[in-house]
Amino acid sequence: MSTVDTTTVEQKVFEALEALGVEADITREATLEELDVDSLDLAEFAQIIDEELGVRLEGKDLKDVKIVGDVVDLIAARVA
Amino acid sequence: MSEVVVTGVGAVTPLGVGADALLREWIAGNAGIRDGEAPCAEFDPRDVLSAKEARRADRFTQLAIAAGEEAIAQARLGDVDGARVGCIVGTGIGGIQTLESAHTTLGEQGPDRVPPLSIPLMMSNAAPAAIAMRHDVRGPVFGVVSACAAGAHAIGAAARTIRCGDADVVITGGAEASLTPFAKAAFAALDATSPTGESRPFDARRNGFVMGEGAGVLVLEDREHAEARGAEILGVLSGYGATADAYHLTSPREDGSGAADAILAALADAQRAPEEVDYVNAHGTSTPQNDAAETNAIKAALGAHAAEVPVSSTKSAIGHLLGAAGAVEAVATLLALRERVAPPTLGWEVRDEGLDLDYVPGAARPLAIDGSERAVGISNSFGFGGHNAVLVLETA
Repeated sequence: MSTVDTTTVEQKVFEALEALGVEADITREATLEELDVDSLDLAEFAQIIDEELGVRLEGKDLKDVKIVGDVVDLIAARVA
Repeated sequence: MSEVVVTGVGAVTPLGVGADALLREWIAGNAGIRDGEAPCAEFDPRDVLSAKEARRADRFTQLAIAAGEEAIAQARLGDVDGARVGCIVGTGIGGIQTLESAHTTLGEQGPDRVPPLSIPLMMSNAAPAAIAMRHDVRGPVFGVVSACAAGAHAIGAAARTIRCGDADVVITGGAEASLTPFAKAAFAALDATSPTGESRPFDARRNGFVMGEGAGVLVLEDREHAEARGAEILGVLSGYGATADAYHLTSPREDGSGAADAILAALADAQRAPEEVDYVNAHGTSTPQNDAAETNAIKAALGAHAAEVPVSSTKSAIGHLLGAAGAVEAVATLLALRERVAPPTLGWEVRDEGLDLDYVPGAARPLAIDGSERAVGISNSFGFGGHNAVLVLETA
């Protein structure tokens, strides 16, 4: 099993959000709403994360997530 | 019955970004055809769209949004109630770049990697949906699909929507972006496109069309509504006629009777006699079949006047824009009427047997009308499937 640390996951998450065209400042504290990330973005985001980190996210996984940091932590927990 | 006027126009074409560039370059005798195709080389979607908006739109939708911005800005729709505004935009094929790309991904990487945005980007109604969201348009919004007649059908449907009171304003037109490997190969396999990459409408040497891409958008409006808000009235969409050949999947009726019926229906709708037509903007694809049948149609519909009226095709200047053609050519027709000029059929040099109309060879020429009279033009569009749609446009 590869050892992907939280910093790497954070980097991948930030890159994925940028790739989706998020132009606002991406931080761990930013809310998905502030970044204008909607359901279509999350569907694409899940595909990128699966491709980059091998973590499969489903719609319900991200339903209650509000801030970027929580997304990072959720993915990091599954990578480990 | 209310009169439908034009209060805004926009175009992105192989002759440049903007409706003015379209007419100016065409009249100057310039063509946007390079290496056998006509791309919108000057169009950068990021001039109009954010990174995210651009990702959410296939190229045909991007072109429609850009043409729409120009038309809507000109019409100054700012304070108009969005509930009384509609958006009807046609396309021949829709988001085929998105489809081809996603299909390649499916084959190479499997179903798990097919982009989630594939369907909303490729759907043929994506352009009117995008314009509606961008401009808070909440009246009738839908797409129109009738191959190369789609742009004209959309404009006709928009005019009817206003006339019957469903909306005060309709943003309408057509968009196409199908310069893709699959679409190019498929048209070539059908012998529809020119193997030499030349567009010569009505010329004896014509051997097929040249594919182009682009979008044309008009803001149509009820005259009383436009006058009440002090909008500048650019022209009148006075007539619309639509028929079908009910004959063949790709070939028109040789006698042009279906197309002639559409021209006559459009003139009747505009309450204009054939003798009142000052200019014909032909479908003029540069295919052997269309240009012969269309010549017959113009003769059948306009009678003796057909020999006198200037007839020209925009397609040797910008290529065949398929589902956008009728809309871009409606914009070009109206602007030409406003300038009181008949733009030339570029590339026409050799007369073909039976194709004996005045195709405006060589250079643009002034229309022969009195300065005080409204200039009247018709714009023909025909599509695979036997669709015929004709618009009558007039100066205000």
